[in-house]
Amino acid sequence: MKAWLWHHLDTFFTTLARFARTPVATLFNVGVIGIALALPAGLYVALSNLQGYAQAFASDPQISVFLALDAGRAEVEGIEARLRQHPGVREARYVSRDQALKELRASTGLADVVDSLAQNPLPDAFVVQPREAAPQALEKLRDEVSRWPQVAHVQLDAAWARRLEAGLKLARLAAGLLATLFAFALVAVTFNTIRLQILTRREEIEVAKLIGATDPFIRRPFLYFGALQGVAGGLAAWAIIWGSLLLLNGGLADLSQLYATRIELRHLSAEDSASLLVFSAWLGWFGAWLSVNQHLAQIDPR
Amino acid sequence: MVSLAPSPTPRMISFSQVYKRYPGGLEALRNITLTIEAGEMVFITGHSGAGKSTLLKLAAAIERPSSGSVIVNGQNVGALSARAVPFLRRNLGLIFQDQKLLFDRTAFDNVMLPLHINGFERREAARRVRAALDKVGLLAKEKAYPVTLSGGEQQRLAIARAVVHRPAILLADEPTGNLDAAHAADIVELFKSFNQVGVTVVVATHDESLAARLKPRVIALKAGTLAS
Repeated sequence: MKAWLWHHLDTFFTTLARFARTPVATLFNVGVIGIALALPAGLYVALSNLQGYAQAFASDPQISVFLALDAGRAEVEGIEARLRQHPGVREARYVSRDQALKELRASTGLADVVDSLAQNPLPDAFVVQPREAAPQALEKLRDEVSRWPQVAHVQLDAAWARRLEAGLKLARLAAGLLATLFAFALVAVTFNTIRLQILTRREEIEVAKLIGATDPFIRRPFLYFGALQGVAGGLAAWAIIWGSLLLLNGGLADLSQLYATRIELRHLSAEDSASLLVFSAWLGWFGAWLSVNQHLAQIDPR
Repeated sequence: MVSLAPSPTPRMISFSQVYKRYPGGLEALRNITLTIEAGEMVFITGHSGAGKSTLLKLAAAIERPSSGSVIVNGQNVGALSARAVPFLRRNLGLIFQDQKLLFDRTAFDNVMLPLHINGFERREAARRVRAALDKVGLLAKEKAYPVTLSGGEQQRLAIARAVVHRPAILLADEPTGNLDAAHAADIVELFKSFNQVGVTVVVATHDESLAARLKPRVIALKAGTLAS
């Protein structure tokens, strides 16, 4: 047991030494793997950030109720009363057409255009906060209110968030596809690296077989090499994402100051980072395993 | 000194009606039946192409017999699974004419290889490597790379590697093929000393004068058959 442990430790350090002996080749291999992993993982980070914002908006849905242009004061008050009494409505805020025009004039810089209008084109409106945020409840409320007299149009403001969600779903699919392709690339890179190693160490393998080395013994250093190269590539990918987010957040800080909001991209969570490393290690190991199985059988001492 | 005492179980090599045909029709061995007892020292002689190397390769499970049975150390080589072959070889010490040393590592590390494969603990392994190097007179050159060694030294290094894990059987194929008479005599003396502590030694050689000195049992091969 102790000898077995010692042997594994020994293989681990011998493999590290082998990396150190060819620093340039190692650097390039790790770089290629790192970039291949950083692309899908980076996309994943971008998506989870976007999703965070989408959820923040979607959790606070609003329904805008626009009245007909010819609705009179009494009718407006009637609708306001109905809305306030409706069990699905938490809060209803009245926005008069004059107030809406004022806000439009102030907020959009279209003062000249607004001033040139002969009459106010905006209707009276209510901004309704529903009690329930579930899509079905929202749609039911929208359909109900839109059938009321003098209601011209009901706008469900959560609709865009749901469209965004659908878009994100598609993007996640694309990320998955990308991850699959790059995972294949990682396996291929490791496969080839190990193939070359086996070729250069052919003599050593032959002698080891003649002396009584078992196949697992011969395989082990190559599998270690593949897995460690995978881990190093995973770390490189993590560093690439980390560096990119640092740069992007620097840029975003300026942008968010201009918009007077606070936008900051979040890094990979601890669990996601761990799964990135485990996944890359496994891929490296798998590539090495495929390569060793393919090429070791061809070395049979005579 | 290396102690090479084998375990008390009787070990031997026995061939029974063994034929070996290579793909392409070459018949290297024909109807070979022989037995080598535990602790024996046997020379297999014959011209090149007589089948000496094939006989040793069959004993080391490097080749399988086309028919007949080869029993080594109680195991049937012909029926041995690929998984079991390494464990058979761990009871053997193999010495090749071309030595098969690894030129990218020191003499010490070359001899370390079998112990590494057998899973020896590092300190015990180092002690044994030095003992084996001392036995063949190369202790002073443990840090030397094989290229810097002479032909005789390289062959002695190969012998140190073959005996360091204390095998029960030593199989040597033309161990003196590239050496002058004086160095060849050194090697033969080494084999004799291993045999004296109980190791079964089988040496294949075309050099009949080698056998003349030690008077061991000689198995002569001629065109793939037993000549004697």
